[in-house]
This record gives sequence, structure tokens and C-alpha cells, in this order.
Amino acid sequence: MNSSSNLINALFIFVLAGFIGFEVIRRVSPLLHTPLMSLTNALDAIAVVGAIVLVGEHKSTLATVFGFIAVVAATSNIVGGFLITDRMLKMFKSSRPADKSVAK
Amino acid sequence: MTGEFAGGQVVIELLYLIASVLFILSLKWMSSPTTARHGIWAGEIGMVLAIGGTLLNHGMSYHLIVIALVLGTIIGVPLGEVAMTAVPQRTALSHAFGALCVTLVGSAEFYLRTPDISRFMMAVLSLEVILGGLTVTGSLMAAGKLQEILPQRPLTYKGQNLVNFLLLAAALVIAVTLVLHPESKSLFPFMVLIALAFGVLLIIPIGGADMPTVISLLNGYAGLSAAAMGFVLNSKLLIIAGALDGSSGLILSIIMSKAMNRSFTNVLFGAFGQVQPSAAAGEEARPVRSATPEEAAAILSAANRVIVVPGYGMAVAQAQHKVRELYDALTKRGVDVRFAIHPVAGRMPGHMNVLLAEADIPYDRLIEMDEINGDFPQTDVALVIGANDVTNPAARSDASSPIYGMPILDVDKAHTVMVIKRSMNPGFAGIDNPLYYLDNTLMLFGDAKAFVGSIVRELGGGHG
Repeated sequence: MNSSSNLINALFIFVLAGFIGFEVIRRVSPLLHTPLMSLTNALDAIAVVGAIVLVGEHKSTLATVFGFIAVVAATSNIVGGFLITDRMLKMFKSSRPADKSVAK
Repeated sequence: MTGEFAGGQVVIELLYLIASVLFILSLKWMSSPTTARHGIWAGEIGMVLAIGGTLLNHGMSYHLIVIALVLGTIIGVPLGEVAMTAVPQRTALSHAFGALCVTLVGSAEFYLRTPDISRFMMAVLSLEVILGGLTVTGSLMAAGKLQEILPQRPLTYKGQNLVNFLLLAAALVIAVTLVLHPESKSLFPFMVLIALAFGVLLIIPIGGADMPTVISLLNGYAGLSAAAMGFVLNSKLLIIAGALDGSSGLILSIIMSKAMNRSFTNVLFGAFGQVQPSAAAGEEARPVRSATPEEAAAILSAANRVIVVPGYGMAVAQAQHKVRELYDALTKRGVDVRFAIHPVAGRMPGHMNVLLAEADIPYDRLIEMDEINGDFPQTDVALVIGANDVTNPAARSDASSPIYGMPILDVDKAHTVMVIKRSMNPGFAGIDNPLYYLDNTLMLFGDAKAFVGSIVRELGGGHG
């Protein structure tokens, strides 16, 4: 691994993604801060990919065991996070009659 | 993730790229309730692509992966179906799970790579494991307090900050030693253990009212530790997801600390939750005016504009569905009813909005503090349900008050203020609220759910 160029690439990505995150999340309505948190939690569980590689490559018993627990923990965040975010967002209804499907 | 970049690897990286774009779009669509559900679909598709791409790595054995994915799903489904009132503790628990994954992967990578690990990698790996470790136990403590398995009262002792500081310093010293001498493997478990202990001690002094800030902060830590893991694994997707989650947690922490008038550095170093013991003895002598449900109903039905101010007490009493009946009954009589939402009302950011949305109250009736505060002087009745400190006028006027300077909802400027409260006991922070002694304030003593129910009956039976 040519680690120094990898490192610079990684830093570029981190800083730019941080900026995008800041700009995008600043615009999220405070109304949706709870679902925002459960959604970012589900997305963050993408760490599962690192754990999957650990389990799949089976390089040592310790790595496999740790990876296995990590996959379970992250998967439960993905499944649970998306489920509850969807449940919450379904509840947000407008009183404006323009949206006929929810008008009572 | 090896040096050679075979054809299959290109496909995998492209899938990760698409997933990254979908994740960003997913958060972008959260800007409004009308597009937010597209955001979930984008996130889900991105997740499936990323996991699918990872499984394409050759030389993988799948059976354990499949078992782990199935087990995770079995645990995840009930966690996705908890009651809306349990969302704060569920969120804290999921921060713990996310950080657990990061910490375990980091630890496994340490043992696989040492001693052939570059100094920079070792430094990032230490950061990953320390942040991850303290988030695991910190989040579990927060979840325990929210679930009321652990005492919600803040526990403080002399020299608390010093102990915490020394622990963190010890972890950092070990980290530096490992960076310089990665072959000293036996030190690594101590670093993890110290991080875990630090997480527990960090949350011990936190009271329930500080939970919105703490949960946001733990969210940020979980994101940063995942980004550090991305550096260690050289995974761009993980760096992006971690950076997004980290910035989300940091933005929410800043919003929450502003709403509690705490400096961000104060929050960042965990020096929050230092609750001053109540000095409000001997206040019982001051007279308050109270009213019955019949009187409250009469005043409400004569009003043109009503603003309801919900707080954590509404959630505890499970009163949100009765509040909806009250909203329906008053709206039917032509009363304009809106809800004023303080950023730190409840136990996590946006908590009140979710509870009221669950009770079918339209979201365009839920108004943020800054937008609605100017309307209180033209409001006939401000009805406070289970909120205390966020309505305390001492925050504006009394420089000696512990919450002085905290932005509040100006309910005292309404023509009539009605406060539903169990008794005159001071709220969570133990601070007396001068609002209750004002001439235009009526205290409605009782359980929030029962009291709102009685008002609805007086108004002629809610809906139906």
C-alpha cells in the first residue's frame, strides 16, 4: 500500500464529505430531527462492509469472531434504523387539503 | 482492499460510488417532510448496493456472513418497531451498536496488522477504538437512563472532571506508545478498557434534561469513529458515511447546546449536567391560582388563538392522543390551535414533533420556537403541558438563575397562561419557575392525560 497518497486521498474525501454533510444537514427541518438521527444511524452502519470482509476472509479466529458480532450489530442498526425512520416519516401529515390522500 | 486493482474490484468501487451518492441524496431529501420518504428509499438502495458489492469480493466464505446478517435482521426488526415514546432510548442503543461494530473491527484489524502498521494508521486506529469504545458504553448508559433502568438523577462527586481527564489522558498515552511501538500488543486491551470506562463515567453526571445534547454528541462520536475506520480500511464509502453522520451529530449538538445556552466547548468536553441543587426552599408560601377542568374548558372555548406548549411531561403521561382530541374539539369550534416546539423539549432532538405527528396532529401546526415566539402577545391562551424550564421567564430576567440566558418560549406574554402540572414540585433541573406565580397564570393540577381528557369532555366530547 502506498500509504501516503492513500492518506491524502482519504483526507480529501473526509473533508469534502464533511462539508457536504454540513450543508445538507443544515437544511433539514427541525421537525425531522428525530428521523434524521435514526436515518444517519442506519447509513453509518455501512461499517458492516468492513465487518463482512473480516468474516469472509477468515484470517484469524479472533478476527472472525469480532467480525461476526460486528456484522450482527451493524445489520440490526441497518434494519431497525430504516424501519423506524420509515414509520416516523409516514406519521408526518399536512393539514393542507392539497394533499388529498391525507385530507380527512 | 489489496494493492491490485482487478476488474471485479472496479465494479465493487463503482457500486460504492453509487451508494455514496445515494446516501448524500438520502440526507438531502430529509430537508422536507414531503420528500423525506424518498430519502429512505435512496438510503436503502445504497445500502443494498454496498453490501452486494462487498459480497462480490472473491475468496469470501459466505455461510457465517449469512448467519450474521440473518441474526442482525432478527434483532433489528423489533428495534425498528418500538413505541414512539421509546425512540430516544432506541436511538441511544443503536449508537452503541454502531460503535460496537466499529470498535470490534478496529480491534480485529489491530491484531491482524501489528507490528507491520504505519504510525499514521496506528494513530487513526487508536482514535477509532477510543471514540468507538467510549461511545459504546456512553450510549448504553444513556439508553439505561432513558429506559429508567438506571437512575435518571445526575450522579456527581468531587474531582469528577479530574478523574475523567486522567482516564482520557491515560488512554492517549497508551495510544502514543502504540504508535511508537506497535509491537507492544499487550497494551492494546488496556486502551480499549479505559475507553469503555471513560464512556460510563462521562454519562454518570448527565441528567435527563441534558439527554438531547448527549444523544446528539454520541451520534457525532459514532460518526467520527466510523470515518476513522474508513481511513484504516482505506474505504472511501465508509469515510463519506462517517463524515455525514459525524457532521449530523455535530450540527445537532450545536443546535441543542445553543438551545440550552451552553457553549459548544462546554458540551464537547462533557462538562454538562452539573445541576445546581435547588435553592428554592420556602417558596411554597407564594400564592398560585388554580382552575378546574370546567373553568379551563370555558376559557379555551372563548379563545380565538391558542398555543399549546408540550414538554417531556406530556410524553411521560402518554397524553399526546388526548391532546389531539383537544386540538380537534377546539379546531371544530373555530379556535386557531398551534403547537410551540422548543428545540430541547423532550429527550432527543425533534422528540415532540414525532410524538405529536404520531397522534395525527398535522405537521404544519408544529411551529419552531423562533417562529412562534413573536405571536405570544397576540395569543389568548398558552397551554403548557408537561414543559417547565423551557417556559421559565427567569431565563430572561434573573441573572442568578442557573438557566439564565437560555432561549425560552415567551408563554408569559400570552393573555392567559394555563399550566398542567402534577404538583408544585420543581421540574427536573430543580429550578423554581416564576411563571406559576404570575397574575395571568392558572395552574391546572393533575395528570396531564386525565386533565386534558376532562377538558375535552367539557368541550363536548372531542371527536365523534
